[in-house]
Amino acid sequence: MDRGQLIETMQGILGPQGVIHEHEELRTYECDGLMNYRVIPDLVVLPETAEQVQRIVQTCYDEGIPFVARGSGTGLSGGALPVESGVLIVLSRMRRILEVDVENQRIVVEPGVINVWVSQEVADEGYYYAPDPASQIVSSIGGNLAENSGGVHCLKYGFTTNHVMGAEVVLPDGSVVHIGGGKSPDAPGYELLGAFVGSEGTLGIATKITLRLVRKPEAVRTLLAAFKDTEEAGGAVSGIIGAGIVPAAIEMMDALTIEAVERQVSPGFPDAGAILIVELDGPEAEVASQFDHVIEVCQMNEASEIRVAEDDEERALFWKGRKAAFGAMGSISNDYYVQDGVVPRTELGTVLKKISDLSNDYGLRVANVFHAGDGNLHPLVLYDNDAPGEAEKAEKLAGDIVFTCLEHGGSLTGEHGIGEDKKKYMPKMFTTDDMNVMQLLRCAFDPHQICNPGKIFPTPRLCGERPGPFHMHPVQKAGLAENF
Amino acid sequence: MQTKNAVLEDLQGIVGKENLREATPEDAIDGVEPSLVVEPGSVEEISAVMKLARGEGLAVSLRGGGTKTYLGAPPRSLDLILSTARMDGIIEHVPGDQIVRTQSGVRLAALQEKLAEANQMLGIDPPEEGATIGGVVAANSSGPRRYRYGTVRDLIIGITVVLADGTVAKAGGKVVKNVAGYDLSKLFTGSLGTLGVIADANFRLHPRPESARTVAVEVETPQAARDAAQAIVHSQVEATAVELHWSDEAKLISVLLESIPGGIEAKEERASFLLEEFGEVRTLGDGEVENLEPLSTVSADEVEIKIGAPPTELATVLDSVLDAAKRRDLTARMTGHAGTGVTYAVLSGEEGALAEVVDEVREIRTRNGGSAVVRRAPTSFKKRVDVWGPAGDYLGLTRRVKEKFDPGYTMNPGRFIGGI
Ligand SMILES: Cc1cc2nc3c(=O)[nH]c(=O)nc-3n(C[C@H](O)[C@H](O)[C@H](O)COP(=O)(O)OP(=O)(O)OC[C@H]3O[C@@H](n4cnc5c(N)ncnc54)[C@H](O)[C@@H]3O)c2cc1C
Repeated sequence: MDRGQLIETMQGILGPQGVIHEHEELRTYECDGLMNYRVIPDLVVLPETAEQVQRIVQTCYDEGIPFVARGSGTGLSGGALPVESGVLIVLSRMRRILEVDVENQRIVVEPGVINVWVSQEVADEGYYYAPDPASQIVSSIGGNLAENSGGVHCLKYGFTTNHVMGAEVVLPDGSVVHIGGGKSPDAPGYELLGAFVGSEGTLGIATKITLRLVRKPEAVRTLLAAFKDTEEAGGAVSGIIGAGIVPAAIEMMDALTIEAVERQVSPGFPDAGAILIVELDGPEAEVASQFDHVIEVCQMNEASEIRVAEDDEERALFWKGRKAAFGAMGSISNDYYVQDGVVPRTELGTVLKKISDLSNDYGLRVANVFHAGDGNLHPLVLYDNDAPGEAEKAEKLAGDIVFTCLEHGGSLTGEHGIGEDKKKYMPKMFTTDDMNVMQLLRCAFDPHQICNPGKIFPTPRLCGERPGPFHMHPVQKAGLAENF
Repeated sequence: MQTKNAVLEDLQGIVGKENLREATPEDAIDGVEPSLVVEPGSVEEISAVMKLARGEGLAVSLRGGGTKTYLGAPPRSLDLILSTARMDGIIEHVPGDQIVRTQSGVRLAALQEKLAEANQMLGIDPPEEGATIGGVVAANSSGPRRYRYGTVRDLIIGITVVLADGTVAKAGGKVVKNVAGYDLSKLFTGSLGTLGVIADANFRLHPRPESARTVAVEVETPQAARDAAQAIVHSQVEATAVELHWSDEAKLISVLLESIPGGIEAKEERASFLLEEFGEVRTLGDGEVENLEPLSTVSADEVEIKIGAPPTELATVLDSVLDAAKRRDLTARMTGHAGTGVTYAVLSGEEGALAEVVDEVREIRTRNGGSAVVRRAPTSFKKRVDVWGPAGDYLGLTRRVKEKFDPGYTMNPGRFIGGI
């Protein structure tokens, strides 16, 4: 099938409005939130129903054409980066909330639904959707699922994977499966849903997603504490966790981040070496007692100032400052790279020190803002793209930071994913055998490697089938046999 | 293929004479007797044993504590039992990071004891005594606390596995947050030894609650049981468990509450208040709570079914089982995790009638969502009734996963869903 025929076929499925093929328009989709990788796709399609997604994928499978799913395109690892001569399947027109079942604490949505809409939909009933990435006002549930996104409240409530209960998935061969129990627990068979969530769009396209709804807590209390430096703030974090308290959130920001945030959204944060935002929620009596304990721990760690949010408005202001952190970097630097690494919480102090040393060695500033409770760091490497060689230097520094995380028992990524960006680093964390075994899963889902190919793994593994364009065996085509 | 003696010698060469023995009738699974039982002591030994077994075309079943060998269909074939008994080391417990790494043969109870020294726990509490970590992961065992802490899939953060061909691979890590690579820890959860050997596993831990109370309400009807459970679920009490107990002696919804000393009273009061509407409420003593676990005692001729359904269906689930049993003069007692929609039914009586009940319950679940899986049953019953019931449209994919990980069907053949 040549390009013209493909366009015609897709228009047949979607109507002319659902297919983008003009070069200039295609450029809109050349990258996701990570702008240093760009590829112009052959074709962009905009399905509105699951059935259309199925037909698109079926066509791609039959013709051996690679495809990539895209939600809102806010990913930070190049996961939705198109592949050349491939089709980009944009799910942002699939935005219906299909079913609300508060009684069973479930909601069923299409993949293009924006994260925050879910909470808005059930707010009046006293419920919300717990995973809250900072991008929640734009990122899609499908993208969240694919990246297993985290958020500031995941310390107590878990990540996306703990809240996706079922999915309808169009597999790369065009067949449709329903995995996970949805409203019912413990569906018999393998835990396919757990393997699918976080697979970065490489195992199929989710067309319908069942999420868990969480009851709003009786009480919420939030404080902001200022410290001399990140080390003292880190001491407070250890003290809180060590006391057996599981806060809803503990976030840390260093001096550089505070400066940037102040310039951008002026939340009126104190001038300090480091700030912690700690939030507790749950039953009133429990929260009240533990909150006092948190204040004590902060005082013991020499907090220079402790502000307790008096009302929802002040709480929102604290969070506004935190959630604006990435974007705010634009106010103190021309360009910045968002790193995402994880260290065991007990290694935070040592690793932060090393990051600061690296920053000095490279002569580039690094701002730190992170989910301190689970050791998920977001060092922001500041640089100037116009200064010759600085972009390369920044990339190298960012790499060294994440290697430091690995040396201390951590991970290459806590929530942004491997995608295109970090696949070259995978061998630093996993052996060839580890990666080959992971790819067995890939081969089971996508034997011809047409679904978001080339992501996550540095060297794709052949699945024992012919790669690339292929012709289907007549028996297979007639539905008489599964893939060989 | 070599003779049995040659295989025996090779295995001895790998694990040492003292860690290999001829099987006895007690080692049989659903009447199928293996020839040998091998106890490797390291990942390397597991790998060598598997490679040998695969090469020889032996069928291998894994055994941890041996507390759940009853799960699954009768094996299609069985030659070798690989026991993880010697893989019993806790590799690393870092209280400050709230994580633990452990070998798969460690007993859950021993692990909990060790963690308790640092006032921590793994939030998994299956009723079986003597279960090992590997078995708990492979069987996806859960208990009442799943309402608050989730199940194995929610707490496991890393894994090392050995495939049938001897390949050793790990996934995840030892940090609670991590999205690098595919999450094989979850894939192996509940895989019942059909994908590979779980050599070790890493978990996220929780602080041990400082104080606990169990409040229970006596209910008369399935509808009241459902409504009582729903009242707690939709409240802001943050209960740890919401449990159903249903037998001739007692019909209760019990609620496990955990908190700090300053918070427990308020929780108890609130939960009691919410439950009052549905019957007589009281706080249970420790002994009473223990007595409420009928499922640890299931006798050899009884049939146990695990039903998964939306939590609001609790009354329908109870009614459907009780009614189907009553019409056939069977006795039934039930228990379950009412907050999460898991119900266990234990039935006894004539086998044909029991099979009809399973069919009937399955038929209702197929219509209203959920599943009904036979857990414990006499072998004769398992041969008559498909223990797994109908699989969804994901069966083909399930089979493809199996065939990538274990193309020779070396691992526990025949026991998993769809004859896998
Ligand atoms: C300012 C900012 C703040 C951020 N903060 C956070 C944060 O706090 N926590 C966090 O975890 N991330 C954060 N991110 C990263 C990003 O928002 C998340 O990864 C998000 O989940 C991506 O959603 P998306 O809809 O934009 O997905 P996209 O970027 O469009 O796609 C991401 C991946 O998902 C796949 N995909 C999309 N839809 C589907 C589907 N239906 N089925 C299968 N695969 C699919 C794509 O192929 C791709 O691999 C942030 C990003 C920005 C720009």
